[in-house]
Amino acid sequence: MSMNNQGRPSGAGEVGNTGMATISGDRGLDHEEALIFELGHGAVGVDLPDVKVGDEKLGGMRRNGGIGLPGLSEPEVVRHYVRLSRMNYAIDSGLYPLGSCTMKHNPRLNEKMARLPGFGDLHPLAPQSVTQGALELISQLMTWLTTLTGMPAVAMSPKAGAHGELCGLLAIRAAIAARGETRPRILVPESAHGTNPATAAFAGFTVDEVPAKLNGHVDAEALKAKLGPDVAAIMLTNPNTCGLFEGEVKEIADAVHAAGAYFYCDGANFNAIAGKVRPGDLGVDAMHINLHKTFSTPHGGGGPGAGPVVLSERLAPFAPVPLLVADGKGLRLIEDVQAAPQGAKPFGRMCAFHGQMGMFVRALTYMLSHGRDGVRQASEDAVLSANYILASLKDVMSAPFGDGPCMHEALFDDSFLDGTGVTTLDFAKAMIDEGYHPMTMYFPLVVHGAMLIEPTESESKESLDRFIHVLRSLATEAREKKTARFAGAPRLAPRRRLDETAAARKPVLRWKPDPLKAAAE
Amino acid sequence: MRYLPLTPDDRRAMLAKIGASDIDGLFRDVPGPALAPLSAFNLPDTQGEMEVERTLSKLAAKNIAAGAAPFFCGAGAYKHHVPASVDHLIQRSEFLTSYTPYQPEIAQGTLQYLFEFQSQVALLTGMEVANASLYDGSTATAEAVLMAQRVTKRGKAILSGGLHPHYAETVETVAGLFGPMVRGAVTPGEAEDLASLIDDETACVVVQSPDVFGLIRNLRPIAEAAHAKGALLIAVVTEVVSLGLLEPPGAQGADIVAAEGQSIGNGLNFGGPYVGLFATREKFLRQMPGRLCGETVDAEGRRGYVLTLSTREQHIRREKATSNICTNSGLCTLAFTIHLSLLGEEGLTRLARINHAKAVALADRLSKLPGVEVMTPAFFNELTIRLPKPAAPIVEALAGKGVVAGVPASRLFSRQTGIENLLILAATETNTDDDFAALAKVLQEVL
Repeated sequence: MSMNNQGRPSGAGEVGNTGMATISGDRGLDHEEALIFELGHGAVGVDLPDVKVGDEKLGGMRRNGGIGLPGLSEPEVVRHYVRLSRMNYAIDSGLYPLGSCTMKHNPRLNEKMARLPGFGDLHPLAPQSVTQGALELISQLMTWLTTLTGMPAVAMSPKAGAHGELCGLLAIRAAIAARGETRPRILVPESAHGTNPATAAFAGFTVDEVPAKLNGHVDAEALKAKLGPDVAAIMLTNPNTCGLFEGEVKEIADAVHAAGAYFYCDGANFNAIAGKVRPGDLGVDAMHINLHKTFSTPHGGGGPGAGPVVLSERLAPFAPVPLLVADGKGLRLIEDVQAAPQGAKPFGRMCAFHGQMGMFVRALTYMLSHGRDGVRQASEDAVLSANYILASLKDVMSAPFGDGPCMHEALFDDSFLDGTGVTTLDFAKAMIDEGYHPMTMYFPLVVHGAMLIEPTESESKESLDRFIHVLRSLATEAREKKTARFAGAPRLAPRRRLDETAAARKPVLRWKPDPLKAAAE
Repeated sequence: MRYLPLTPDDRRAMLAKIGASDIDGLFRDVPGPALAPLSAFNLPDTQGEMEVERTLSKLAAKNIAAGAAPFFCGAGAYKHHVPASVDHLIQRSEFLTSYTPYQPEIAQGTLQYLFEFQSQVALLTGMEVANASLYDGSTATAEAVLMAQRVTKRGKAILSGGLHPHYAETVETVAGLFGPMVRGAVTPGEAEDLASLIDDETACVVVQSPDVFGLIRNLRPIAEAAHAKGALLIAVVTEVVSLGLLEPPGAQGADIVAAEGQSIGNGLNFGGPYVGLFATREKFLRQMPGRLCGETVDAEGRRGYVLTLSTREQHIRREKATSNICTNSGLCTLAFTIHLSLLGEEGLTRLARINHAKAVALADRLSKLPGVEVMTPAFFNELTIRLPKPAAPIVEALAGKGVVAGVPASRLFSRQTGIENLLILAATETNTDDDFAALAKVLQEVL
């Protein structure tokens, strides 16, 4: 099997630019790896009996022909995925400063608890009498979420942040309809995460953008001027995507309420204020909480997440099913809209079953471990670390909104790179060669060449100091026009820069069997 | 607190560097009254690992796990054996603790498995392209209807009466904003007439096979009827192992396949996280929701993978995006891909045959009980029986006797009359003959 040719068509001699070429094409611990489809050879990685079944009960729908899946033994499959894993950066291996993503430590106790058979091997439609422990866990988590946010109710089923946004907006839609009104417009600051306008459109609203001020805060006056009888809600992220707390939030909320609209708060950055500030005290009507950010359920290469939505008194009656209620016999799920208790008017259902239970177990484990004092300390340490980075870099990198303080993330722009020929992208990619994952780039959109750094509370001071030293050195070199290490970076990663234009122009989205090889066989 | 590396000395030194006298100096943008004291939070304080483990273990012990009893629940979530190596591999730090692969140079591991996942899903469903997952089968179905509404520029969707009611409600909640949602008749054990509901305003017909009662549906006539009116056929699969034995939707004329992938690689988890599979025809590629991973080359000509066609997505297109989804089911797709790689062609087809054989054995056993009627003439690993009395109290009674007997149809169709006595049961490779004997015995006792 010439697997290395699959990954290195240019040949071993041309690979890399440090040190010698190798015969195998692999380099020490750095292995190339073919696709699983190219490795298959008719083996089987499970032992199952070869049972024959008749056609009598298949309604004439038995599959004609094969599927085309490769066959490998267990050791081959294990090696394949272990090798793939080694091509990934991870929080466990290094500081992961992705602003707005909150890459904090993922405690392994959370994983262990989620795998207890009573949770991990529990069927969602098992009789409720034998799932009381699961319902109790959800109930405890609801108490934590409503207490930390100072809100009276929470809808647990949304499966991620954007799904939570949708849940919140559908509750707002239902509340407006219940008042006999029609309000088609949603106000969204231009600094918002892309899910905000996308969700508003998804929920059947039109989107009206509100500008940011030069200091990175939303323009409260412009926002108030846009309020009117056709506005359903505003969607405001607080702390905002520039890493700043919107100090005028209460006045904004009052104006929104006076106009008959609702205040949706994007809770993506709740991790800066958990245990310090209760959004319920700020006039929020609905806010999703990314359990995979603030409460450290692992990001897993892009999910799964969970996005419960806390709701104000005015929106609580419209929460979707399932609803969790207590009666004489214990806890009970109400799964049908028609069966809702007196006063409840659920707008519908967000998904099958009851939400991301696996994430609920992890989040509650995180909360119980931290306690209220630990949650508060984590928020403070996250804010402290971000400000430490801001204070340590602002003389060599450009901070568009002055000396701070910031909240849990430090925002820089690319003006310090003016005239150097180095772009934000080059700068970020050079960090890869230094052993770091880049920060969030080109977001938020309100800053030119944005670089958003979120260190989280999980880094030691030594780790922060080392990171600061590397970024200071890179910034200094760039400003001295020593650009060699920037152009074409990274050089030391499993891959150099990838051609994204070619990928989009002629999409190859799946493996297909080689027609010549298939014909020969 | 064991997860926080900063010491009090570190914090003092950092505050000094910043030039703040105390931590609340950094929260000065927060209006004073909004800064809550710790006492405002009526919650417990920090606990050690041992104490937390004790608390959660007590809660877990109050539940009956599927593996702890003769167990027959299905209806959209299935108890299957997951090889030990799957859970070991997905817990590798480099998979578990990485973000969405936005920096492809240092995320080839995630990107390559997403590419493998997309390839596997396309092959299994018999479709041309698949995305890198959605949240679960129900939200994938809702996204499919929204996509059909965009493609056809029509609003109406026809939802088969055999579609899992949770799926139907999820679709209605989201896609119902953009057009009428029409439900077909609920006809346990037989296919209802859907063709007569399709008209020139219909965007799509949504049909699940095997349906929620376990019945295998023939999608071809519905595909023809839909296509004749310019509508799309959306095929829903809640038990993806069935594709190892049954004709895939792609071969029956489906335009979009929305499926639940939990059965491969993923535990029951009381309903989530699961993994939504989404596949379609290449001509609809640019209307697809969700992330896509594509093959390309790097600056040295080496093959590599990137997220692609992101101009469909919210972070570029904002309110004009094809979906608002951001986080998907990354780690669940990995579990799916690893398990399916272990199974391979031979393993999956064997697994599917075993599941069917178990369900046939269950049907045989139950049909011999007096007063019990098997309603489902053609099934994969799930079927519906009619009992002589209401099913819900019987299921509760049997749970008290240590047998988890299945899902009463009334739990899913609470507004439907005439289904009170119906019980939906699944049998998988995990069920033994002893399980079947135990079920038959306790069922006979209560009937």
